[in-house]
Amino acid sequence: MAYSEQEILAGLAEIVSEETGLPTDSVLPEKSFTDDLDIDSLSMMTIVTLAEEKFDVRIPDDEVKNLATVGDAVTFITGAQA
Amino acid sequence: MSHVPDVVVTGLGATTPLGGDIPSTWAAALAGESGARPFDNDWVETYGLPVTFAATIKVKPEDVLPRPELKRMDPSAQYAIIAAREAWADAGSPEVDGDRLGAVVSSGIGGIWTTLDAWDTLKEKGARRILPMTVPMLMPNSPTAYVSLELGARAGAHALVSACASGAEAIGYGVEMIRTGRADIVVAGGTEATIHPMPIAAFAASRTLSLRNDDPEGASRPYDVDRDGFVIGEGAGIVVLESAAHAAARGARVYARIAGVGLSADGYHITSPEPSGDGQIRAMRAALEESEIARIDVVHVNAHATSTVVGDLIEARSIRGLLGDEADHVALSATKSMTGHLLGGAGALETIFTVLALHDRQAPPTINVENPDPELVLDLVRDKPRALRDGDIAAVNNSFGFGGHNVALVVASV
Repeated sequence: MAYSEQEILAGLAEIVSEETGLPTDSVLPEKSFTDDLDIDSLSMMTIVTLAEEKFDVRIPDDEVKNLATVGDAVTFITGAQA
Repeated sequence: MSHVPDVVVTGLGATTPLGGDIPSTWAAALAGESGARPFDNDWVETYGLPVTFAATIKVKPEDVLPRPELKRMDPSAQYAIIAAREAWADAGSPEVDGDRLGAVVSSGIGGIWTTLDAWDTLKEKGARRILPMTVPMLMPNSPTAYVSLELGARAGAHALVSACASGAEAIGYGVEMIRTGRADIVVAGGTEATIHPMPIAAFAASRTLSLRNDDPEGASRPYDVDRDGFVIGEGAGIVVLESAAHAAARGARVYARIAGVGLSADGYHITSPEPSGDGQIRAMRAALEESEIARIDVVHVNAHATSTVVGDLIEARSIRGLLGDEADHVALSATKSMTGHLLGGAGALETIFTVLALHDRQAPPTINVENPDPELVLDLVRDKPRALRDGDIAAVNNSFGFGGHNVALVVASV
């Protein structure tokens, strides 16, 4: 079963909120993980690990550096579902 | 010879089976309450644990810390950070150059919840599901590192490991950091979060736990003839140590002075204390000699006394052997009767009790002693607190650990 982009955004917002303490409604597609959400590399890898499990996808380490914004992650996860 | 600074205690913090902070913990200790309670889970049925209770923490970290901190710290670090924040605020959140501020927070066992949770995840889901924070959460220096990060303590962050003596050894090392000029303030203490079915099964396997399952609150009974082992506890105790000159310059409230630190090892057996008490006596003697306090002024001892058949009496004889007739005016307290045994947190919490006993001039009680062991050669404070005399007085906190580690701290009134 594939998740919709809205479901992925909502699920990602929950993961980011748990990790950072930010409210889920501040985790918007245009937000940068590093510049806007202040997420360091260790936290980013935690988010990736939790997102892989939640959405049953594989996010290769080489791909993580391309996920600058929340929207990038939503797009990647959506495409990786197949 | 250069001047060696006096070291005083200017802040206290704790989260324990008796309370979520110092005021509630100390009030419960003076009231003779027990922190032991039955497990509120299925561990006994699921794993066949022979022990059905423990002295679990009174206020859960979930009720105190925000979610991101809970997820980033093993419970052992959570307890330490809760206690450290209280201690730091209690000291007046002093303005200090981070290069002159140290952290020494020990755990006897380390992040065992994190270790075992990660092992479960690996077995069930494979390597890709292991979280990146696993190593920084399980490492035994994690609590001291988080305290150092929190306060910007850059003079050094250390985690001395000596089993159940760890918390006292941490405070002793913090004192040394100030005496040798490495720091003006050191945040020091111990923490433990080991109430997990595996370590409980392992302690039970070593036949050191009380099996008084029908009476958890009555199980920890140091020096009672029917004692049958210790009650496992959890929590943290943290003190703010400060050079006396630094404390005076900022007008800090001073609870007491740490006047002597004594360390020794038995070199005898991996778990059993050396029967003659030679190692314990050497640690206490070293601490007393360093303190230059007259034995007649030692009015109180917070004993290590875990409620084991053998250990309690060896310690009592050691104290008598060291002090001789002067032991007659020592009020002996075994506070593990109330808190259970906090392992790496024990030495720190009991140092705090010792500091408060001198500050408030009352020794906390030992509960559950219905029939004192006839071989007990000391004056045990039973059931109710006992007033300590006016004037200059001192006390000893003993902490001993598996492996033959002996730590004695001499605390003096100010």
